Amino acid sequence: MTTRTQTKPGISTQQIFAWIFLTLVIVVTLFPVWWVVRTGFSSKQEIYVDTFNLMPVGPTLNNFKRVLGMFSSEEAVAQGGTASGMDFWMNLKNSLIVSTTTILGQTFFSAMAAYSFARLKFRFREQIFFLYLTAMMIPGVVTLVPNYILMARELQWMNTYQGIIAPSFLMTPFAVFFLRQFFLSINHELEEAAKLDGASIPLIFMQVILPLSVPALSTLAILQFLGNWNDYLWPFLIGKAENMRTLTVGLAVFQSQTPQGSPDWGGLMAGTTLSLIPTILIFLVFGRRAVNAIQFTGFR
Amino acid sequence: MTIRTGTRTAQRNELMWALLFIVPSLIGFIVFFAMPSVRGLLMSFTNWDLLRPAKFTGLANYIKLLSDKEFRHALRVTAYYVVLNIPLQTVIALGMAVMLDRFTKSTFIRGILILPWLLPNIIVALLWLWMLDPTLGFINQIIMSLGFERQPFLGSVTQAMPTIAGINIWRHAGYTAILLFAGLQNIPKDVYEAAAIDGADERQMFMGITLPLLRPVLIFVLVTSLIGSFQIFDTIVITTKGGPVDATRVVYWYIYEYAFVRFKMGYAATISVALFLILITITVIQMRYFKADTSDLD
Repeated sequence: MTTRTQTKPGISTQQIFAWIFLTLVIVVTLFPVWWVVRTGFSSKQEIYVDTFNLMPVGPTLNNFKRVLGMFSSEEAVAQGGTASGMDFWMNLKNSLIVSTTTILGQTFFSAMAAYSFARLKFRFREQIFFLYLTAMMIPGVVTLVPNYILMARELQWMNTYQGIIAPSFLMTPFAVFFLRQFFLSINHELEEAAKLDGASIPLIFMQVILPLSVPALSTLAILQFLGNWNDYLWPFLIGKAENMRTLTVGLAVFQSQTPQGSPDWGGLMAGTTLSLIPTILIFLVFGRRAVNAIQFTGFR
Repeated sequence: MTIRTGTRTAQRNELMWALLFIVPSLIGFIVFFAMPSVRGLLMSFTNWDLLRPAKFTGLANYIKLLSDKEFRHALRVTAYYVVLNIPLQTVIALGMAVMLDRFTKSTFIRGILILPWLLPNIIVALLWLWMLDPTLGFINQIIMSLGFERQPFLGSVTQAMPTIAGINIWRHAGYTAILLFAGLQNIPKDVYEAAAIDGADERQMFMGITLPLLRPVLIFVLVTSLIGSFQIFDTIVITTKGGPVDATRVVYWYIYEYAFVRFKMGYAATISVALFLILITITVIQMRYFKADTSDLD
């Protein structure tokens, strides 16, 4: 900031202090993540001996191979891992199916509702919207148990994708609110022009509104995707069965299976490293947009 | 409407589409938000183990809750966690935000700071479980190399909760800093210039300008992070499972135990409603006390 600091020639002590502080924060932020990766690439025996080395000790891919199921269970146990461990590919597939389906449905249906609230006139519009807003205030803990019972008893959707997906497939109050605010900011003129050309409402929605809203829609989709991807308790409650576990659930089960005294740290950290990859990818591809999206949530 | 002819059919047409557009979200809202909320409230007045039909017990659950020592313990532990977590996290985040605002606007650095928040709680917990491992963990290696005794961290009754608070500060401080940074961007720079001309020093500017003008954002951050930290759960699943000796048995964990270990759905619902009421009360008090909706900018 040149406007506020009195610009003196050279570097001020303030600036030095600030950069030391920021560097420290960045190291504290990144180092643990690196430590996970370095442990994943280290061999079991060396982890116990060379605990201080910043690079992988006795570098090996065995931990990854074990987590990815490239060894038989006897071999895995011989290496100090667990027989079952985690089925990474299965967990990854489930996480992808659940998160992708959820955000596709949620974004589309929430956009429809948001357009209705923003542009179309109907009775009780404001009241219904107000109800949605109140739902945003209700913490998840209130609906958790009743929704579980709904899945377990009435719908019988335990250990199914639809059971994990359904609660946020058709809407979340935040998604509707977020998109309504955006649609309100779109200029009316384009729609009026399309209307004069005889375009119907769904046509206007699909061909005028949605294309204009790509930034907002993708921002929302990134945020909600991450939320779904990171979710643990709901997919754990509904999808406990081995073939239904998402990545977070798989990792938690993997951890709970390793012996208390000497956990299979190499395997666990290899699994964690692999699970980091999708988040890091999103982060690299959408970087700037993700940061701005998150900044935006501050003003929802 | 610019076209006069056929206005009525146009209106009817609009109404029909409005309804069609809103129906999917309305179904989702009713089935997974509205009905469960009502059902949760109703369940809190019953005794229900899922095997036999629910039995209406009036206020029995609530009366039990008032004298439930374990619930009180859970509340105390949760409050302790919140007190350890929120103030330190907010101060660190505020420091980071001010530094960012003053010295670098780099999106890259902001990206790095936000990274922990993008990671699942489960992964963050596993990461720190390993960093803090009593025998092999990196942190203890440092502590011992400095000549101190190794620390049990998550394995100790006194250290477990502060450690979990620390883990979540690590995950959330950067995110909070980014929110506050966005708020700082909205403060007009000429206010600072005017103050500087009047001879105000750094500290005076921070106390007199930054803090008051940042208030709406700060309150938002405080309210949401407070609500979030009252619902701490995932981290505990991985690190302590409520232990050692109930030291981290927070309210959410207590609800989880009642609902999904003991299958006492009625009482679990009662605790949930109680937690909800506590959260609402805190939010309202915070909003009132800090007058969240007004900014000194106006």
